[in-house]
Amino acid sequence: MREKLILVGNGMAGVRTLEELLKVAPDKYEITVFGSEPYGNYNRILLSPVLAGEKTIAEIMLNDRQWYADNGIMLHCGTEVAWIDRARRRVITADGASAVYDRLVLATGSNPFVVPVPGKDLPGVVTFRDIRDVQAMIAAAEKYRHAVVIGGGLLGLEAANGLMRQGMSVTVVHIHETLMERQLDRVAGEMLRLSLEQRGMHFHMPAQTVEILGEKRVRGVRFEDGSELYADLVVMAAGIRPNIELAKKSGIYCERGVVVNDTLQTYDPSIYAVGECVQHRNQTYGLVAPLFEQARVCANHLAHFGYLRYQGSLVSTKLKVTGIELFSAGDFNGGEGSEEIVLKDASQGAYKKLVIRGNRIQGAVLYGDTVDGAWYFQLMRDGADVAAFRDQLMFGQAHLGDAGHGGQNKAAAMSDGMEVCGCNGVCKGAIVKAITEKGLFTLEEVRAHTKASSSCGSCTGLVEQIMASVLGGGYAAAPREKPLCKCTDHTHDEVRKAIREQHLLTIREVMTHFKWLNPDGCHSCRPALNYYLLCAWPAEYQDDPQSRFINERAHANIQKDGTYSVVPRMWGGVTNSNELRTIADVVDKFSIPTVKVTGGQRIDLLGVKKEDLPAVWRELGKGGLVSGHAYGKALRTVKTCVGKEWCRFGTQDSTAMGIRLEKRTWGSWMPHKFKMAVSGCPRNCAEATIKDFGVVAVDSGWELHVGGNGGVKIRPTDLLCKVATEDEVEEYCCAFIQLYREEARYLDRTAPWIERVGLAYVKQRVVEDTEGRKALYARFIESQKYAQLDPWAERAQREVQKHEFTPLREVV
Amino acid sequence: MQWIEAGCLEDIPILGARVMRTAQGDIALFRTANNEVFALNDKCPHRNGPLSQGIVHGNRVTCPLHNWVIELVTGSAVAPDEGRTACYPVKVEQGVVSISLRPDELQKSA
Ligand code: SRM
Ligand SMILES: Cc1cc2nc3c(=O)[nH]c(=O)nc-3n(C[C@H](O)[C@H](O)[C@H](O)COP(=O)(O)OP(=O)(O)OC[C@H]3O[C@@H](n4cnc5c(N)ncnc54)[C@H](O)[C@@H]3O)c2cc1C
Ligand code: SF4
Ligand code: FES
Repeated sequence: MREKLILVGNGMAGVRTLEELLKVAPDKYEITVFGSEPYGNYNRILLSPVLAGEKTIAEIMLNDRQWYADNGIMLHCGTEVAWIDRARRRVITADGASAVYDRLVLATGSNPFVVPVPGKDLPGVVTFRDIRDVQAMIAAAEKYRHAVVIGGGLLGLEAANGLMRQGMSVTVVHIHETLMERQLDRVAGEMLRLSLEQRGMHFHMPAQTVEILGEKRVRGVRFEDGSELYADLVVMAAGIRPNIELAKKSGIYCERGVVVNDTLQTYDPSIYAVGECVQHRNQTYGLVAPLFEQARVCANHLAHFGYLRYQGSLVSTKLKVTGIELFSAGDFNGGEGSEEIVLKDASQGAYKKLVIRGNRIQGAVLYGDTVDGAWYFQLMRDGADVAAFRDQLMFGQAHLGDAGHGGQNKAAAMSDGMEVCGCNGVCKGAIVKAITEKGLFTLEEVRAHTKASSSCGSCTGLVEQIMASVLGGGYAAAPREKPLCKCTDHTHDEVRKAIREQHLLTIREVMTHFKWLNPDGCHSCRPALNYYLLCAWPAEYQDDPQSRFINERAHANIQKDGTYSVVPRMWGGVTNSNELRTIADVVDKFSIPTVKVTGGQRIDLLGVKKEDLPAVWRELGKGGLVSGHAYGKALRTVKTCVGKEWCRFGTQDSTAMGIRLEKRTWGSWMPHKFKMAVSGCPRNCAEATIKDFGVVAVDSGWELHVGGNGGVKIRPTDLLCKVATEDEVEEYCCAFIQLYREEARYLDRTAPWIERVGLAYVKQRVVEDTEGRKALYARFIESQKYAQLDPWAERAQREVQKHEFTPLREVV
Repeated sequence: MQWIEAGCLEDIPILGARVMRTAQGDIALFRTANNEVFALNDKCPHRNGPLSQGIVHGNRVTCPLHNWVIELVTGSAVAPDEGRTACYPVKVEQGVVSISLRPDELQKSA
């Protein structure tokens, strides 16, 4: 017989827990849900747009009754649970019915805090929590004119904005001097107040309410200083309190909320709790992002997997008032030992403040231009060392030129028809529609449904802005560090560590060790694991071709029509008549339609049929040409300039240096592609300062630069150090590559990796620690022993992987 | 039903695919970790990407061009993507894989 699970509280956190549970253990429980509201589960966040008349109730339903039926869940809505009889493991409802459980999840949410003043129960005094409240406010707006909202926080301002949109004249009363004082510093709070005033909102603050006036219905509000305001509707939006009434009555240990441990278990081991009613490590939460993290962990334990822990969340906040861009996260007030960077441009209505401690971002407040909110938040979560780009932090991630969305940095300023994602042609309107109609909450979900931001990622900031304007802070639901992929909850770093320490030697062993959710993983994790194993055990590991993306399996780039392109190596960008003649002959012999000079100083043959590849390679091989790995997460090109040999400004032989580096490093597999360049003087004709590893010759030696990128997001290199000899260039280069190979996560290029670990760290490992550098260099050279086999020759001459290039059968 | 021999099970890599050329276009034959074989029209419902070149995992394949995931059993794209490619009946007997060239429309459409 299946175990019985009861959920008390049919809200966002509870139902999310069920969804997570159904994903991992669909048949484990017979599930019954009790909810005191008379509906299925709806998106509470979107009550604000409903109040503002931008959405209807029908549009904000997340799980209708059909969903419960389809999943075999018994739903009792409009039914309040009055008591949990823990001794007999059953719940008793307010109307006297009962039901038994093996496990129970409490998700009773919170109650609006009603300021305890005389008159608080008068007709015309409402809270802002559920559908009923919103319906009451909309009805009042039809009959009455003057509203007072008590509370200048997120909820109060959204209520005030909604009522204004419904045609009421609204005054916000706030006890503090600053609006949203828990999210904003004084300056940002002032700017917010100013722009709301310009929209016609009134403020009465600081002011403490002492009485609600009226006999049959509310008529006004009186304050401590004796002043009064006329009102025929009063909204109490002065905060929320965890709803722990049921838990307390049933003898479950509570403080401010129901106290749970890192597995979301209460003091009664068969009872779990999630959502706003919960107190975890002394924190309570009032935004959906952390609640969804709790839901995932709780489901993991309900399913008896038992390996996830909830460790608390970092939250960020946005305000859902159309046209106002505001972002806040972390500790933005600083204090002892912290520094602030502030930028204020009053005429543009823009304000930014970052609080930094020990080179890590502690908090951020952005007003006006919030496109970088997501970036700062990411840096905070990663605990990234920002020393190296501190002087650029303020200008944002995009100031160095982001390709692909026309330089837009404000989603609000875009019309519905404007393109947000240049790779997939997705417009703003389509994204907004998908978020509301499909009930999406996370960036991942928006990517899956709309494809926006799913390719090159340069529009991610804009997409997050759009999500924020629709969902408020609700979108920022990333755990501290992302799991490797959907098949596991373990991170890249955890997996790599285990591979090394447990001496795991196959993909299968890794998956078994970590209890992978899908038996053979997916297209994201398999290539990553293949790489990690190969990097850890260069001699022992048996490469798994089926876990490589087709380009790396076929050693050529797949094209949109299913043909392939072939790019032979042209060492340091130097060629000769023999190579060119060989290429010309191959082009003629195999009728290759396009021959193109690439951006990497070599020649691309495009449109080769797959079955011709081995023969093409054989011919190229005869002319001395080998694979250029243009298809691989591997060493790509080493661009050079003509250098001292010919150029009147050249200070060193940059061409020879480039060729030497390429010969030393070709064939090496990496977390992502890796590009190098060597320039003969600071004029830098080989563009070394936008490469993963760039070398610029100067009269006295060589400057080594790292972490550049010229692609989606331009990032110039950081100067690593200066060395005197060619041998040193090689040693530092290989040591840097090996550090990157061993420590960057799969699909991190050097630029984001360095931004995460910090230039200081890389310098310490590669420059300061001489012994360490030599050891890195030695490990690289060792692994090259197994990597420098030309894959083309192996396939053309030794028929390695022959089946890859021939059909199984032809029937015509 | 008319069966045509496609080749030996051995010749299809585990978690891989091979192509069979036919008058009606390429058919991709996939072999899963459990040694089951599935046959799909070698065209992704998105933009005709060659599914045979994708990464096979579970009973699914990821298209190499834009990462749509296709169910091997039904030929349907995994939600939220939408679309379906034809699938063909397959049998494996004594290590020999045979397929029928009449696409399996009814019983498998999910
Ligand atoms: C062929 C070439 C374009 C050309 O005709 O010149 C090219 C072609 C492709 N580039 Fe590139 N890139 C080429 C030079 C570049 C350069 C210029 C350079 O290397 O100096 C850049 C910017 C420099 C850089 O990488 O920092 C470049 C930045 C990208 C990016 C963005 C990378 C980034 O980190 O932002 C991608 C996407 C990716 O890798 O995820 C990309 C991806 C691609 C892919 C592989 C797209 C794909 O996944 O299929 C294209 C393959 C076409 C094909 O089938 O052959 N290509 N690509 C160039 C080959 C160079 C070579 O000889 O190997
Ligand atoms: C107007 C508004 C705007 C918001 N905007 C945002 C935003 O922009 N971003 C963001 O992240 N968050 C926002 N929030 C907060 C977010 O909605 C909540 O954090 C989230 O809904 C809490 O989920 P929960 O499941 O804990 O509680 P709820 O969703 O409140 O669910 C609890 C449910 O339990 C039921 N219940 C309680 N006691 C019992 C009982 N004894 N028996 C049966 N049922 C019971 C309640 O009726 C309720 O339906 C907003 C909230 C409101 C009200
Ligand atoms: S070659 Fe590069 S820039 Fe050109 S279309 Fe392909 S990925 Fe885009
Ligand atoms: S063609 Fe298959 S995903 Fe685009």
